[in-house]
Amino acid sequence: MMSESQHKEPIGSSLPQASDELPVLIGKHTYGSVTDKICDIVLTRHTPWFWWAGFSTAVMFLGALLATIYHVLTTGIGAWGNNIPVAWAFPIVNFVWWIGIGHAGTFISAFLLLLRQEWRTSINRFAEAMTLFAVTCAGIFPLMHLGRPWLFYWLFPYPNTMTLWPQFRSPLLWDVFAVSTYATVSFLFWYAGLIPDVAAMRDKARNHWARLFFGVLALGWRGSARHWQHHQSAYLLLGGLGTPLVLSVHSIVGLDFAVSLVPGWHSTIFPPYFVAGAIFSGFAMVLTLAIPLRYLYGLEELVTLRHLNNAAKVLLVTGSIVSYGYLMEAFFEYYSGDIFERFLAVERATGPYAWSFWSLIGINMFVPQLFWFSKVRQNVKLLWVLSLVIQVGMWLERFVIVVISLQKDFLPSSWHKYYPTIWDFSMFFGTIGLFFTLFFLFIRLLPMIAISEVRELVHIKQEHVQ
Amino acid sequence: MTTLADDVELYGCLAEFVTPEELIDAARRTRAAGYEQVEAYSPFPVHGINEALGLRPSWIPRLTLVGGVCGAISALLLEYYCAAIAYPLNVGGRPLNSWPSFFPVLFELTVLGASSFAFFGMLIINGLPRPYHPLFNVPEFKLAQRDRFFLAIEAKDPRFDRVETRAFLEQLPTKAVYDVPE
Repeated sequence: MMSESQHKEPIGSSLPQASDELPVLIGKHTYGSVTDKICDIVLTRHTPWFWWAGFSTAVMFLGALLATIYHVLTTGIGAWGNNIPVAWAFPIVNFVWWIGIGHAGTFISAFLLLLRQEWRTSINRFAEAMTLFAVTCAGIFPLMHLGRPWLFYWLFPYPNTMTLWPQFRSPLLWDVFAVSTYATVSFLFWYAGLIPDVAAMRDKARNHWARLFFGVLALGWRGSARHWQHHQSAYLLLGGLGTPLVLSVHSIVGLDFAVSLVPGWHSTIFPPYFVAGAIFSGFAMVLTLAIPLRYLYGLEELVTLRHLNNAAKVLLVTGSIVSYGYLMEAFFEYYSGDIFERFLAVERATGPYAWSFWSLIGINMFVPQLFWFSKVRQNVKLLWVLSLVIQVGMWLERFVIVVISLQKDFLPSSWHKYYPTIWDFSMFFGTIGLFFTLFFLFIRLLPMIAISEVRELVHIKQEHVQ
Repeated sequence: MTTLADDVELYGCLAEFVTPEELIDAARRTRAAGYEQVEAYSPFPVHGINEALGLRPSWIPRLTLVGGVCGAISALLLEYYCAAIAYPLNVGGRPLNSWPSFFPVLFELTVLGASSFAFFGMLIINGLPRPYHPLFNVPEFKLAQRDRFFLAIEAKDPRFDRVETRAFLEQLPTKAVYDVPE
């Protein structure tokens, strides 16, 4: 139980660190020095070579996405390999993969805020940006999968001349509401946190256009005690609302599958195990982004080994929950006594797609177990490689769930293997291009670390020294 | 220290401090001296400043509750209208008002309503967006978004006097005192 006095503490404060813990902030920093460190990445005419290299590569992939969208719009979704019975193939695999990646951002921002984890500061901002961009990428897939995406507004309830109304008993409609709410609330949360920081940029910028840009975004923020009081209240509430929201979104994505009667989908364990998988893949993405960023921009003092170490611990926990999910899924299939369920379990392990199943088991069940060892958690290069491997594993998990379950269902006469086409791959890699294009623009144009929260951390640190 | 000519109308007087502790102490003493229209500015939320300034608790939590309730009620009405009145569809003989299936959307719209009220309520109560403010006329005020702490006594305070108020602020452990033109 929290006492009254703890309730009044500013966000981000916590008990003094145990001496054996890694620091969240390294070096002698002042309010001014952390402000400079973060602002100077943006407020400079000099754009580093690695930014141009990364951005131009990302834009090339974005070009592939646009070309694919053009092709799919002009020829129809038959350009993809989807067909009956595997009507949900790459688009849904990729949709779930991206949505899952987004979840770590909200988890870091909202859930760790409520738990007053001070290691959340300095990785929350770009994790939130990651959420927004991942949701953007995710949204493209179901939209294109509609076949006639220009009629997407039919998904929403509005009075129309067809006198049609959406079916609120369908999980697919729940998904529309969950994902659009999630995108909106993630944006509000991200922007609320950004307001004081863009005000700092506005007041530090010397270039006229930069001042105008940040001035408009800052909305006239002055940092008065009243501003802060309402801001902190709203921010904490958004955190409190974001936490159940993130759980609900991936639960509903899980229900898209679980509510159907398809063997391999019809399982009550799906919602919680989807949520754990989402946070698992999302934290892997956080590491994939944070490790090169802190090295290239010299942010090792702000994004420390403590952050990486803790993120790896989260991977261990969520990876273990996911592993438990696999075991329970296999057990339910056996214990149900249903021949179709049992058949599917054998098909997964020995059928034509067994390679994907065993790679996924190898990656998602065994790789996270390496994080029991602090030598692995604190080996930055190894951690980065493992974070990429985990994302491949989580992509395979969705592939196994979607494709293997659909290709052989009840009637052998309708069995059919699935082969993706080049357009499936160009669409998938194209969204990776879109994600990184947006991400590179974000790190060039906006403060990637929450400045005011790091100042608060400096203040708390000073108090501890005194 | 900037003093403006007597004929320039003032927004108030602004004192600059180096630490948050000095700011809290100054806020307490200013309030004790009887000033009511006092505002503090800081680069991060300072613990204890709300009490020192005598601020009332924020309205945001209540607004958020209202937003959540509005979201929930509109979700229920919408779902009932669609499923039972506008487009009744018999799905496996289940009742038209099959409320257990309405929960996911009910939850999402509750969160959406509450979050929107929290965010936009915060902007409205804070009077944002506000592109111009007299304080932005003081060049040093830029440091309020960096590493300095400021306390302003506004001219609309009945006890405000451009000479006396200034003298009062100067005897605090301040780094500098500025007149803020309206």
